[in-house]
Amino acid sequence: MSVKDDLYYSEDHEWIREEEEYLLIGITDFAQEELGDIVFVELPEVDEEFDKDDSFGVLESVKAVSDTFIPISGRVIEVNEDLIDNPELINDDPYGDGWLIKVDPADDSELDELLSAEEYAEFIEEE
Amino acid sequence: MDYISNTPAERNKMLKEIGLEAVEDLFKMIPKEVKADEQLNIESGISELELMRKAQLTAKKNKSIDQQISFLGAGAYDHYVPGIIDALISRSEFYTAYTPYQAELSQGTLEAIYEYQSMICDLTGMGITNASMLDGASAAAEAVAMGARISRRSKVLLPDTINPAYREVIKTYGAGAELEFINLNSEQEIIDPSLIEKEIDASTGVVVLQYPNFYGSIEKMEEISKIINEDKKVVFVIIANPILLGLLKPPAEFGADIVVGEAQSLGNGLNYGGPNLGFMACKDDRKMLRQLPGRIVGKTKDVEGKEGFVLTLQTREQHIRREKATSNICTNEALNALMATIYLSTMGNTGLREVGEQCYHKSHYLAEKIDQLPGYEVANKDNFIHEFILKVKNKKSSEVLKKLIQQDILLGFDLKRIGQEGILVCVTEKRTKAELDKLIEKLEVL
Amino acid sequence: MEEKLIKDYSSPGRKGYSLPPLEVEESEFNSELSDYLREDVQLPEVSEVDVIRHYTALSEMNYGVDSGIYPLGSCTMKYNPKRNERVARIAALSNLHPYQPEAQLQGSLEILYQLKLDLAEISAMDEITLQPASGAHGEFTSLMIVKKYFEDKEEKRTKVIVPDSAHGTNPASATMAGFEVMEIASNERGMVDLEALAEALDQDTAALMLTNPNTLGIFEEDILKITEMVHEVGALVYYDGANMNAIMGYAKPGLMNFDLMHFNLHKTFSTPHGGGGPGSGPVGVKDFLAPYLPKPVLKKDEKKYYWDQKRPKSIGKVHSFYGNYGIMLRAWAYIKTVGGAGLKKTTENAVLNANYLKSRLKDDFELPYAEDSLHEFVLSGSRQKAEGASTLHIAKRLLDYDQYAPTIYFPLVVKEAMMIEPTETENIETLDHFVETLLTISREIKEDPELVKNAPHSTTVRKLDETEAARNPNLHW
Repeated sequence: MSVKDDLYYSEDHEWIREEEEYLLIGITDFAQEELGDIVFVELPEVDEEFDKDDSFGVLESVKAVSDTFIPISGRVIEVNEDLIDNPELINDDPYGDGWLIKVDPADDSELDELLSAEEYAEFIEEE
Repeated sequence: MDYISNTPAERNKMLKEIGLEAVEDLFKMIPKEVKADEQLNIESGISELELMRKAQLTAKKNKSIDQQISFLGAGAYDHYVPGIIDALISRSEFYTAYTPYQAELSQGTLEAIYEYQSMICDLTGMGITNASMLDGASAAAEAVAMGARISRRSKVLLPDTINPAYREVIKTYGAGAELEFINLNSEQEIIDPSLIEKEIDASTGVVVLQYPNFYGSIEKMEEISKIINEDKKVVFVIIANPILLGLLKPPAEFGADIVVGEAQSLGNGLNYGGPNLGFMACKDDRKMLRQLPGRIVGKTKDVEGKEGFVLTLQTREQHIRREKATSNICTNEALNALMATIYLSTMGNTGLREVGEQCYHKSHYLAEKIDQLPGYEVANKDNFIHEFILKVKNKKSSEVLKKLIQQDILLGFDLKRIGQEGILVCVTEKRTKAELDKLIEKLEVL
Repeated sequence: MEEKLIKDYSSPGRKGYSLPPLEVEESEFNSELSDYLREDVQLPEVSEVDVIRHYTALSEMNYGVDSGIYPLGSCTMKYNPKRNERVARIAALSNLHPYQPEAQLQGSLEILYQLKLDLAEISAMDEITLQPASGAHGEFTSLMIVKKYFEDKEEKRTKVIVPDSAHGTNPASATMAGFEVMEIASNERGMVDLEALAEALDQDTAALMLTNPNTLGIFEEDILKITEMVHEVGALVYYDGANMNAIMGYAKPGLMNFDLMHFNLHKTFSTPHGGGGPGSGPVGVKDFLAPYLPKPVLKKDEKKYYWDQKRPKSIGKVHSFYGNYGIMLRAWAYIKTVGGAGLKKTTENAVLNANYLKSRLKDDFELPYAEDSLHEFVLSGSRQKAEGASTLHIAKRLLDYDQYAPTIYFPLVVKEAMMIEPTETENIETLDHFVETLLTISREIKEDPELVKNAPHSTTVRKLDETEAARNPNLHW
């Protein structure tokens, strides 16, 4: 169960990595473990806009379905098309090849409301 | 007979283990206000002998289809049911089993459903079939709801050449989903495609068509298909009679997105209209698949690499998805689906085709001869498969029906019941030439 | 595969059927119709013996109630009496077309009417429809009745309340009927939390859906208060009849002040499960809701039984004809056989059997709710999970001992849930054997957890790859 240092985290078990041109978003190792083997991924359309905490997609495993909630407001600029045929990437590499969407953020200050790696590690201890 | 094995002594032993004196103590938490009277006001139980006697005596107050010559169709069909079906489904491992959630102990049921899915896919030409729906009408209703979800539009075009009971059920379900229904009124036995063209617009989500339609006629499938195809968002639902799909082109050829119907005609008896067997099939498309209601069986491997079958894509269903499920369907018609599978296996390619051909030729023989009689006319004589509309010229059709009932002939479904003229006559492979000739003779005399 | 597919028996030219000769001249397919003919059906070509061998082999890979115990909670897998099958096959009771004249059907209509009377008596409901073909179908029908009732009163109510312990069909049916679902938490005793309920109830509430006893097998003691609270805001209370086996002769939903309910003939009334149906889910209503029942409604006048089609306020139809008649015949035969006193005895023994199992298992398995329970109870496999194997593994290991597993991971309010309902038709030896097996498995987990984790070992197939089945669906040959 890993928690990576250089990322922001949300209480909905998403991580954000700040890149130069965009924010990269995915789900954490904890989340993929809870879900089990992912079989299908529903992602938004490019250019769709969301407010913080909106549901932007759906992850389906054999036994459960989970909405993914966007940790910050913004516009989708790219989605991970590889996940259509290879949803297992989320299980195998949740912080890397299993990324979900790239977002152009509406309000950078929202990042301050998110958890640090330490805070997230504590949070999942309690779950 | 209460089917309880345990003796009073054994029950006392169990009470002791629990630490109670009397069985009534188990119910002490029930408030007295909701407690029933000491006994239910229902007669005491009877022995098997008495039960059979009672059932037989009650049955004498009926007159079955076999005691008459029946030309009734209109959504429930009298086809021959081979004896091996009952022999096989009477095996208690099939009929006393539960839904195959514990796959390892249910490979029989699961493999049979996989075969059923395969055969329905073949008959309809569609890529995916589910494990069954409650009946043709509710399957049609769920297909309409599915189409509305996929298209994200709530307007539904509903020709009146569709079975009226189906339209009623579709509308009842539609009220739950708050769909808007546009009734398309046909002047004749088939719907005018230009009506569809006129009504279809950017808010139309679903168009429904029956094949053959309620009157036994084939709609202008190619033309209508082209019209619907102009707007890729519109979902095309076709209601088909599967026993005729050994003879007729599969609905997939007309661009159907979803195909549903009543498979009672496949190896299931009439049973006064139930249990029936709804089937539902859709295009092999990932998004569609996830919107499909009902159980689905898939083939997979076990940990030793052996092939086996399992319920799959369960996250669409109510037990996982709850209020977000594609449907509430839980119990379906699994045993009836097994009967249909055995029927299709028994009949095979040639058998199914032969049944369809016999229905076609026998009904056309009858229609031709009746049409020649003065006083009668077959309204759709140039376009029907095994059901046709008989119009009576100088009498009330109800009179004709009544006279024939007295002679042990059920001529058909009185269209007056739905406010129309004529009688819907159906001829299946069960009818003999002698029976057909007898009817013609009787009609001539009347 | 243990047994190949039927298509693998296929050999071109093999025939399994025989039809009489056509006798009439062939009619031509006119030019338009001939466009619609097909050539390419791919059904297997097999002999009758092929069909018999294949499906017999399939049946041997299955496990039914006739094979052994089937302790699935809330499914009421009781014995399916064979005499009911004989009744259902009487030709003059089964070879009937739904559109035959009613004068030819008075025997069947009498049976259905009798069934309605008996169901009404058992439940203290006023009027019954037999049309819904399953429990979920009955739930949907009932919610459409609720919807129509409020529309008729010109009241807009959009919410249906459902406890978190409810069966999945409850919220799913509510959604299908166009309602928004509000879930309320159960309290520490496993019952409806009255405070949570009070908070949830308002003028926008259309109905509360409840089963009693609930899915934990626990009787809602405050049921009269609950129904009163709901009625106070002008909403209706719906009873999910899945658990009727727990209360027949001891309590009636109508006396608990439920307004409408559904029955499961394939649970309480012994009709067979068929591997997933056919079932039957009649709905019972209090008089004031009768106008909204699906049409037609079976009625009786001095001379005859008849279908009343004149129902202007009806919600419409939910089934093409009258419902699953063949199943109703079996339920009628069951009630006649068991009788009024017998139904009460059925309930007593169902509850006794369940409590006996609970008493023998509660030391080795965690019992999350200490409340008294009726015909079913829920254990948690959490102790065993900590020792190395979960409820799923326990369920699969049971299969190795030729017994069916209980319902697992439901209700959602219990972690590692095992919901157990033996029903009244199991004898003490079977119950003891089931207990011994579970205790054995519990021991195995301590001594050799891998054995349990890798179960089942001795079934036709071993654990199946469900992930692969979902990722790469293979749904037809």
